[in-house]
Amino acid sequence: MAAKNPKPHGLLAQFDTASAIYSACEKIRDDGFKYWDAFTPFPVHGLDKAMGLKRSMLPWIVLVMGLTGASGGMLLQWWVSVKAYPLVISGKPLFSWQAYVPITFELGVLFGALGAVFGMFHLCRIPQHYSPLFKSERFESVTDDKFFIAIEAEDPKFHPEETAQYLESLGATHVEMVEQ
Amino acid sequence: MAHGHVELTQEQTVIPQGHPWRTKLPLIAGVIGVGGLVLSYLAVMGHVVEAKAFFHSYLTAFLFTMSLSLGGLLFVLIQYVTRAGWSIVVRRVAENAMATLPLMAILFIPIVLGLHDLYHWSHHEAVAHDPVLKAKAGYLNEQFFYYRAGGYFVIWILLSFIYYRGSVKQDKSGDKKITRRLQNLSGPGIILTALTLTFAAFDWIMSLDPHWYSTIYGVYYFSGSLVAIFAFLSISIIAMQSAGLLEGVVTTEHYHDLGKLLFGFTVFWTYIAFSQYFLIWYANIPEETLWYAHRSVGSWQKMTTFMAVGHFVLPFFYFLTRSTKRHRFALLVGAMWMLMMHFIDMYWLVAPSLHHEGVVFGLIDVTTLLGIGGLFLAFFTWNLRRNPLVPIKDPRLQESLRFENF
Repeated sequence: MAAKNPKPHGLLAQFDTASAIYSACEKIRDDGFKYWDAFTPFPVHGLDKAMGLKRSMLPWIVLVMGLTGASGGMLLQWWVSVKAYPLVISGKPLFSWQAYVPITFELGVLFGALGAVFGMFHLCRIPQHYSPLFKSERFESVTDDKFFIAIEAEDPKFHPEETAQYLESLGATHVEMVEQ
Repeated sequence: MAHGHVELTQEQTVIPQGHPWRTKLPLIAGVIGVGGLVLSYLAVMGHVVEAKAFFHSYLTAFLFTMSLSLGGLLFVLIQYVTRAGWSIVVRRVAENAMATLPLMAILFIPIVLGLHDLYHWSHHEAVAHDPVLKAKAGYLNEQFFYYRAGGYFVIWILLSFIYYRGSVKQDKSGDKKITRRLQNLSGPGIILTALTLTFAAFDWIMSLDPHWYSTIYGVYYFSGSLVAIFAFLSISIIAMQSAGLLEGVVTTEHYHDLGKLLFGFTVFWTYIAFSQYFLIWYANIPEETLWYAHRSVGSWQKMTTFMAVGHFVLPFFYFLTRSTKRHRFALLVGAMWMLMMHFIDMYWLVAPSLHHEGVVFGLIDVTTLLGIGGLFLAFFTWNLRRNPLVPIKDPRLQESLRFENF
């Protein structure tokens, strides 16, 4: 049900091939658009470069999480074996770091992996249950064989008619306005 | 994303006439090599150094250089068995490292001559009064030792010969069947190399302490060898590129992969080294812990700690970032460090069975390393001149030239 004064969300342009969307992304990047995104049915090699995306900060999240897990694992075992319940096992010192290494390592890996998965979720802003783009029926084929670029109305360079023409000049086979 | 067919020119694939890598380098390396060995020989003959000390130093340097030759063979086999595309442009350099195996077989002769100075089990009178050695005599005896060493070298040289010849033949014919044939052989080839390498490590290094045993020992030497070959490949290719060779052939993307593998196998080495230590530490049985006890006395303890820090902690954080692996100078520094650590690792394996009290690092260790390492480099660079620096007609060459990391 459309509202009385629908605000535009942005323009959705359909491309038919991976190479078409690749070169279109390069142009949109070079022309200085800010609020836009590309949608493809499969990963297009090098598209992040064509879009001018910066390197992800995910590695740093994984590093911090991994170190947290590892030091937490070491600390936990120290607390259990030295502080909370000191027990001499086969004549070895209470703080036997050698015995702690496997669990320290495993917790480092576990936290690093969780950091990688949920950090990625956070950076990609998923789960996202709704997007105005879902209003477009054409957009359904993004999971099949079509490629899409959406330029949002928030972008300072956005203009309903000019940007639509611009997208067509980039090789879009269909351009439509999507409402909020 | 690079598109289209990349055509390589003669300058990119061959060392030009009059280039220092063609004229001077093999000669300089050869002179250093011969000089180092002659100096070491004179030091023994003039009684400056005891024969025992010389042979232990020689064995250390031999094992270090051997891991480069064997590492080259393993690298080539792994590329074929995984049907790797990225590595084609660096494969010929590894093939030339592996082609030094016949030289290494010749350099093994002094170890045969110094058998009684190196290995306690080779003395009949010692074995006669030692129940443990008596029980092992069926395996650890002079004759069987020679046969085994001969067998290892025959297998290694045969494999390296097959792979080198096939690769060079393809440079002329471009026959894709060669790649298929070498791929089919690489599976059995890897099994053969892994088994022979394991037993060589048992025979040549582990039996220095004939009472002691560790089943993971072969993997330990294997992991160190791969660290060494990835470091050596990085260093030699960076050196070649700064001398104007392989321009536009090897790119940042290939360095990135070499760096990743160097990082990965540094961690793998740690995993194996710790696994060996961990089980022995846990069980705490005197006949097993003795080996580590030797390495926990006096300055050996410091060296053991240094190994843990220098062979794992520092390189782990150093190679962790993407930028180190993609920056030529940073990779060069890291690779040189790892190669040095691998030599220290070999020293740490061999020398404690001679110097029980502490680390005694002398000039003889330097001259033997310069001797064997120099001859290795001379042979390696001499071979580089004979054939193109990349397999110019490999079916996956284009894939390798255009390779990009995600």
